[in-house]
Amino acid sequence: MLAQQLANGLFLGAVYALFAIGYTLVFGVLDILNLAHAAIFMATAFAAIALVGAGLPLALAIAIAVVFAGLLGIALDRVAFAPLRARNAGTLVPLISSIGVAIAIGGVARGLFGPGEHRFPSGTLGPLGEGRIHLGALAFSGLDIVILGVALALMGTLAYVMRATSLGRAIRAVAEDRVAAALLGLDLERTIALTFFIASALGGAAGILIGLQYDSVSLEMGSRIELKGLAIVILGGMGSITGAVIGAFILGAVEVLSVAYITSSYRDAVAFGVMFAILVLRPSGLLGKRALRTA
Amino acid sequence: MAASGVNAEALVAENVTVRYAGVTALDDASLRVEPGAIVGLIGPNGAGKTTLINAITGVVRPTSGTIALGTKRLDRLPAHRVARAGIARTYQNVRLFARLDVADNVRAGAFARSGTLSDSEIVTLLERTGTTERDLRRRAGALPYGEQRRLEVARALAARPATLLLDEPAAGMNPAETIVLGRTIASVASSGVGILLVEHDMSLVAAICTSVVVLNFGRVIATGTPQEIARDPAVIEAYLGT
Repeated sequence: MLAQQLANGLFLGAVYALFAIGYTLVFGVLDILNLAHAAIFMATAFAAIALVGAGLPLALAIAIAVVFAGLLGIALDRVAFAPLRARNAGTLVPLISSIGVAIAIGGVARGLFGPGEHRFPSGTLGPLGEGRIHLGALAFSGLDIVILGVALALMGTLAYVMRATSLGRAIRAVAEDRVAAALLGLDLERTIALTFFIASALGGAAGILIGLQYDSVSLEMGSRIELKGLAIVILGGMGSITGAVIGAFILGAVEVLSVAYITSSYRDAVAFGVMFAILVLRPSGLLGKRALRTA
Repeated sequence: MAASGVNAEALVAENVTVRYAGVTALDDASLRVEPGAIVGLIGPNGAGKTTLINAITGVVRPTSGTIALGTKRLDRLPAHRVARAGIARTYQNVRLFARLDVADNVRAGAFARSGTLSDSEIVTLLERTGTTERDLRRRAGALPYGEQRRLEVARALAARPATLLLDEPAAGMNPAETIVLGRTIASVASSGVGILLVEHDMSLVAAICTSVVVLNFGRVIATGTPQEIARDPAVIEAYLGT
């Protein structure tokens, strides 16, 4: 029973991690909170439903929707952040303008898809939706495995990009000293745009996976995960990718365990209570800010 | 290492003026750095030396005047395009990426050009600048101060610049380290790189500079060989007066 719950927490945590990485990546590079991240999470899930509805196979729909999310992230940067960055507007004003973009994305999604719960067309999952896979005493759906696999593959790819590619080196250099990086010939705007692409693509992927997991996509799904994502990032240490991943798995496990052993109505209270307790012990979060720069 | 070749062109600043909100930090300053030359830039604190470097590197835009590398105008380009045109610099206060390792810091120097550096190319640059650290995975912030200064020069050379701007490279170095630094700078210049050296250590300036430009209150008050400068009444006045 406990092992099964922890496994369920792993699936949930993996998706939370994908979502939270988006916040921490942008924060690490620009020192700003992007409050349109949850709107992109939601919009991408809707995009995936629309693509599947148009007859595309699920894997292709996911791939296209994730690229769409990344491009939406670049557009977000151009609209909400780049003009303010050019004027050295500090960190609070961009926060507000990102809320503006979030409201705009929400409005468009409302206009296109309308309120209420939306589902992927029946049969979307194919064989993944049927039966359960048994592993010792543990049982999973095929979908669980796919979700975990996709999430871990994306995180592994990100780790590789950050550590071993010139883009990753550029992102880490900009995170540490933007001016010095530019004076070495780095095109800051391009690096920042790519950072937004990655952050938003990961957040969008999380939106699709959550939508599939609960078979429900709605305008409100962003605001339901937004606070959790921010709490995870603070718990992990602002700007730390590894910290966000650890924080996400802690939140996933605590949520699942509190549903199983306490009651589902206290799920968020217990989860946030545990985070609060950890932050009392480690006020700067599990890994502090600079881990992004050493990735 | 082919430091120049394609980029063997002179850096020319002509009549550069920089005003910030009513303050004239640089007033009609001109200088020229030929390939292979070591030009000293000296002057009392606040004379405008760092402002001139910032104007050349695109950090501040001149209010008037022109800056060019060969025939290419630099004074309207953003900083990263100036770097790509062939201008590299080091800082008065070391500005390495402290959390990145030694190898990644040197590779960051190659942001200015396509391709990346192999470990052996990195070691060559470390050797060339007298950097003794050989653990490429060590964090730059963990290196001793003198090593950080040398690593910063290695990072600048990784860009294969036409002109290298050194902002007080000997600051905080002991006399023995300063002598080694002087040899490094001379050998870089002999490979065809033009060097603009901002320095307070007059023994270093006298030892390696081919010419010296003296700034005071944002104006060029003297230009000449180190020997001529040492005898110039206006220079003596600037350093000893008031």
